[in-house]
Amino acid sequence: MSVRQTSVTSTESPWVRRTLIGAALAFMGLFLFLPLASVFAEALRKGAGAYLDALREPDAWSAIRLTLLTAAIAVPLNLLFGVSAAWAIAKYEFRGKAFLTTLVDLPFSVSPVVAGLIYVLVFGAQGWLGPWPAEHNIKIIFAVPGIILATVFVTFPFIARELIPLMQAQGSDEEQAAIVLGATGWQTFRYVTLPNIKWGLLYGVILCNARAMGEFGAVSVVSGHIRGQTNTMPLHVEVLYNEYQSVAAFSVASLLALLALVTLVIKTFVRWRFEREEKAAANLPPEAPLALPLIFQESTVSP
Amino acid sequence: MSSSARTRVLPGFRLTIGFTLFYLSLIVLVPLSALFFKTFTISGEAIWAAVSSPRVVASYRLTFGASLLAALINLVAGLLVAWVLVRYEFPGKKLVDALVDLPFALPTAVAGIALTALLASNGWIGSLTEPLGIKLAYTPNGVVIALIFIGLPFVVRTVQPVLEDAEKELEEAALCLGATRLQTFTRVILPTILPALLTGFALAFARAIGEYGSVIFIAGNMPMVSEITPLIIISKLEQYDYAGATAVAVVMLVFSFVLLFVINALQAWQRKRSGGAMA
Repeated sequence: MSVRQTSVTSTESPWVRRTLIGAALAFMGLFLFLPLASVFAEALRKGAGAYLDALREPDAWSAIRLTLLTAAIAVPLNLLFGVSAAWAIAKYEFRGKAFLTTLVDLPFSVSPVVAGLIYVLVFGAQGWLGPWPAEHNIKIIFAVPGIILATVFVTFPFIARELIPLMQAQGSDEEQAAIVLGATGWQTFRYVTLPNIKWGLLYGVILCNARAMGEFGAVSVVSGHIRGQTNTMPLHVEVLYNEYQSVAAFSVASLLALLALVTLVIKTFVRWRFEREEKAAANLPPEAPLALPLIFQESTVSP
Repeated sequence: MSSSARTRVLPGFRLTIGFTLFYLSLIVLVPLSALFFKTFTISGEAIWAAVSSPRVVASYRLTFGASLLAALINLVAGLLVAWVLVRYEFPGKKLVDALVDLPFALPTAVAGIALTALLASNGWIGSLTEPLGIKLAYTPNGVVIALIFIGLPFVVRTVQPVLEDAEKELEEAALCLGATRLQTFTRVILPTILPALLTGFALAFARAIGEYGSVIFIAGNMPMVSEITPLIIISKLEQYDYAGATAVAVVMLVFSFVLLFVINALQAWQRKRSGGAMA
């Protein structure tokens, strides 16, 4: 281990190495660490009391509830889509597959503001559906459904794009073996595919969730900014900030920063577990059947 | 044909492809096409007037200029961070590696107000630079800084894996043949990671063009000076100028599609390069 490292790093003189490390750390500190630290510093500037008071505000609470609700709907929908798209794209050959994969990624290249705008053009008062929603007393734009739709759009590719390359790399030999051995499609997915993709799935879900809770631009266009009703946490931060309630704005922002930190911790953990399992699988002898028969004894014999 | 018949042993193709296409159309394709249909209902002169008014043109200049500058800075800084993380050992390396993804995880509005608080004249950084005559917040400088923050992980995370896979033998061979370390870097390492570096640059640039949340707090939003294009769309919407907002949005969208095409081409080049290196 130490031999390998010296052969890698001996190619630059210690001075060059230290300068490069120093420059990289200074850049990261200035651009990433300082902004993060300043969120908490600004939130606690008037003490813990003011901080907690800001979080006890009923408007802050309703923003938190709306953010949780939005993520609770958007993430499962995109999870269902991600698994379904990855199954279709990774396990079968069909014409237009490359094009479909590009379309799945499309929402990433659309500006969040444009993403909000397209829903206004469909559901808004002058939109495609015209007065139909209003006549039937359905409010979508400047209401909660619009916020959820815009959030679903911007978080659309997250889970699919984690799963597609993973499932493509794994191939479908194990699934075919399961089917040949008499498993149903659902059993194959549940007992063969799911254990293989669980870390990739979790990785996609937490990234999707972080974006769903933090989305600002797209949601801002469709929300209408009604306090206590259609403000998500990021929008509430904006309202407070523009009203010069700096401590309150940073207090709500600190919750979102905590969410980001938790996301990073889970993400690092998931990657570590995934890499460990990959390594363990690589060390197995090639003929090891990855415990497949055991699973089938369990699921086909027990009923 | 025979191969597709063989792979269709697995059930669920119709169900999954059906749901995928349905959901994709419902959430993405139909709403996006609404934008283009809306454009057809507007007269050509009205579109031209909306997309070429001086205030809008000034916003393109700021958005594209600041995005380009930020992506270029990220190209250098991202390469540096990726290099240090892959090649060197130092205390706290794992922590630094995890922190790289912060801009992906931190909501843009939070990043926006945090950077503004730092760079304003009474902030930690602003109070140091302002006596030197450098104003950062509420100027185009602030826009560039916010876009550097947003774009950094794109370059680091595309370059990092390629640098990890790069073959050390080639560098050692260059060394044995008498190349200096700098020559080895420019002639051996750089060509290997160039496709990844350009992909990261293009991803950071594309993200910066559409960015809204982190920029609007710090920009000051002065018409003609520090107003970005996405904000133009928002302000046109607030004035119920749907036609104008749509026209500007189409300009942005067409540009995004061109960038998406370029990024796909770069990634194909990258795959070819790494596939060739392994063979």
